[in-house]
Amino acid sequence: MDRNHLKRQVDFMKRSLLDQGYLDEQFIQLEELQDDDNPNFVEEIVTLFFNDSARLLQNIEQALVSGPIDFTRLDNYMHQFKGSSSSIGAKRVKNECTRFKEYCTAGNAEGCFRTFVQVKQEHAILRTKLETYFQLARQAGPSGTSGGQVR
Amino acid sequence: MGMAAEAQYHVLAVDDSLLDRKLIERLLKTSSYHVTAVDSGSKALEFLGLLEDEHNDVLAPSVSLNDHHQDVDVNLIITDYCMPGMTGYDLLRKIKESKSLKDIPVVIMSSENIPSRINRCLEEGAEEFFLKPVQLSDVNKLKPHLLKGRDKESEPSINKRKGMEECHSHDKTRTKYDGLEVV
Repeated sequence: MDRNHLKRQVDFMKRSLLDQGYLDEQFIQLEELQDDDNPNFVEEIVTLFFNDSARLLQNIEQALVSGPIDFTRLDNYMHQFKGSSSSIGAKRVKNECTRFKEYCTAGNAEGCFRTFVQVKQEHAILRTKLETYFQLARQAGPSGTSGGQVR
Repeated sequence: MGMAAEAQYHVLAVDDSLLDRKLIERLLKTSSYHVTAVDSGSKALEFLGLLEDEHNDVLAPSVSLNDHHQDVDVNLIITDYCMPGMTGYDLLRKIKESKSLKDIPVVIMSSENIPSRINRCLEEGAEEFFLKPVQLSDVNKLKPHLLKGRDKESEPSINKRKGMEECHSHDKTRTKYDGLEVV
């Protein structure tokens, strides 16, 4: 496959992730921050996100299943998770976080449980899609994503 | 990094989230700022040479920090609002209460758009309030404050609306100021 073809594939995948609402404009902003000195910035940040969020999700899971629910604590965890999601442009994940927080505020345990399933699901889906995306981008070469400008 | 010829501005970034620290660092470096990033308000104060317990102008004599303070030259502080322990608001207050640090412009970042929170920070002397995720266009707004900070004049806009609101699991007592502190 030639370089241009791969680049087109990368762009197509990105547009599709945006159109389907998995990602929002923030992801594009991150790509704009990439340059020759920091060619993998987005992938690094996203990797950070998934490492961090795995831990947070575990904490939330623990908090949900062990004993009486501490909604404040849950809300705090989710606040962090939502913040990180927002920072990388993970739109669907962020939206589920918002719903979860609403249930926390309402003290609605069942709502929390249900929404948490959604949070984990969206998180897993996004992880898979972005893994594919970055694999493709790496194959396409250093300026595989549109941020590859000399600054 | 010491490029003496270029007089780079030095920004101290404070955020408990590693991801957000990386992000703000990249944003600032892209805009040619020299960046130091720390993960808490107390580390920020330590870096600035002001120990947490000091509310006054006098720097606590400290063997390890005295000389350090002489070398630290921070032109702007940008801090997250919601942090465990010392919030960005607490940090802002401590900085504005400090004789040696009060002229350093402070910018607050927050993921939540709460007008009373924003007003409270602006009233306390913050130059700007950025909603997260912070954009390059936000960082572009910093330059005038850095220049003003050097000239020691600024007039942050205030709204007089006050409100009590909590940052996640943190309690704060508000100190009431009668007026604007002109820096």
